[in-house]
Amino acid sequence: MLLGRIVEEVVRNDGRRVLAGLIRLTGDFDRAEDALQEAYARALASWRRDGVPEHPGAWLNTVARRIAIDRMRRDRTVDLPDDLEAPALIGAEGLDNPYDPPDDDPSGIEDDRLRLLFVCCHPALAPDARWTLALRTLGGLTTREIARAFVEPEATTAQRLVRAKKKIREARIPFDVPSREKLPDRIDAVLSVLYVIFNEGYASTDAPSLVRPDLVREAIRLARLAVELLPASAEARGLLALMLLTDARRAARLTSGGELVPLDEQDRSLWDRAQIEEGTRVLDEALGLAAPGPYQTQAAIAALHGAAADATETDWPQIAVLYRALLAWTPTPIVELNAAVALGLATNLQSALDWIAQIEARGELARYHWLPAAKADVLRRLGRDQEAIVAYREALALVSNPAEQRYLQKRLASLIESSAVNRDVGATLTPTV
Amino acid sequence: MKYILLIYGDERVWTSMSSEEMQKVYAGHRAYGEAMTKAAVMRGGSELKPVSTATSVRFKDGRPKTVDGPFAETKEQLGGYYIIEVDNLEQAIDWAEKMPGMVDGTVEVRPLN
Repeated sequence: MLLGRIVEEVVRNDGRRVLAGLIRLTGDFDRAEDALQEAYARALASWRRDGVPEHPGAWLNTVARRIAIDRMRRDRTVDLPDDLEAPALIGAEGLDNPYDPPDDDPSGIEDDRLRLLFVCCHPALAPDARWTLALRTLGGLTTREIARAFVEPEATTAQRLVRAKKKIREARIPFDVPSREKLPDRIDAVLSVLYVIFNEGYASTDAPSLVRPDLVREAIRLARLAVELLPASAEARGLLALMLLTDARRAARLTSGGELVPLDEQDRSLWDRAQIEEGTRVLDEALGLAAPGPYQTQAAIAALHGAAADATETDWPQIAVLYRALLAWTPTPIVELNAAVALGLATNLQSALDWIAQIEARGELARYHWLPAAKADVLRRLGRDQEAIVAYREALALVSNPAEQRYLQKRLASLIESSAVNRDVGATLTPTV
Repeated sequence: MKYILLIYGDERVWTSMSSEEMQKVYAGHRAYGEAMTKAAVMRGGSELKPVSTATSVRFKDGRPKTVDGPFAETKEQLGGYYIIEVDNLEQAIDWAEKMPGMVDGTVEVRPLN
């Protein structure tokens, strides 16, 4: 029904802003959510009777705040500051004239959302609690949607939310923007939460389809919010650019049958050109702030892939340099593996094999299927088919994602087939030599 | 709100320190305590005697039983605590981060009821 859809729209567009303000007002996530729920119910009843107000978001804000204040008064659990008596908020006109724009100035609302972003990503919360809370309160996903996205029972997600809110309340994690000296670390924490959400959406460990577009969309929405709220952060823009540029390749990444298509074999006409342009523009803005970092570096790599008309035109020397830089920022074996492959494609493949052998010897990626898979790919390019077959089999023994498994199996099968053909040819030739 | 800062570290590191090094740590704690008092957040605190002096009264089915030793034998032991009164967790963490004498180890921050 139409009214239901209008309310849904208001929830999506304004509900999250109103919620952030309510959390500040009540100092409590549950009270804020309860007040907002009640306001939705009243909106449905009142709008059905009197029609939808001109500024439904403002109406919702005023009513929800009034509900929250009434309940706090009634419960007497909180000392109410005097300024809550402000007539614009709860005076006679407040409800009689719901068409008024909110009394809050817009920048105040933005501040509340920024505070909420930092609270949700506070290091005193467990990592999985951070992204759950961010998706719930800032993303506006329901508990059920989050549970589905992370492939877990709804009760588990609900329990995690309860625990997180309890910790915020009882340990008194302040609803505030961190101090100047802590800000860089806290921005990193915020961005890494958004990055986890994106990755879980883009390269899901369990999803049969490998991609969860809802999580990807939420992550991009939250990254846009982070850029809007932290305009001076180059890395926030870098992360948004990275997400846009990576997600732009989504349509080409899987076949209609759900097979993974590696970057060099993707149909580039399926790439979302507009999104690549936007991502590149955001990256340029980030680089203009002259504060380089790992997200910008990864975005720059994605932008170079995006700029290549086909795989053979990829600027591997530049990408190899960027991976070197990335390795300095984030010295993890997975980045090192990517750096090794990029170096091989930029110079000669043997150098990639040597580097991969070093990583392998350290045993750090012993359970990571992309290490033998990367090795297999390089060996295949070198024409060392038998060794490549062994490496693909190693990778298959470690892989868990069904789409990645199918991809590796396909690679292995075609390699076995072509080397069998070569052997046959060799066998027929041998006697004549 | 009141918070307790529980200082965990490897006792052997502490007992194997030279007396000069120990004096340095104690001086650090004196300065730390003064700073807390000046900021009007200090509500108490103490160093604990070594874990070898600990006795635990364990309860099973409502019956107490006294045993030698701490609650749990771990690599890091509770060595001391401060009780402070500040507005929120952020401020408590600010103080915990300034704990003197910490090289390795942990300061646990817990709100008091």
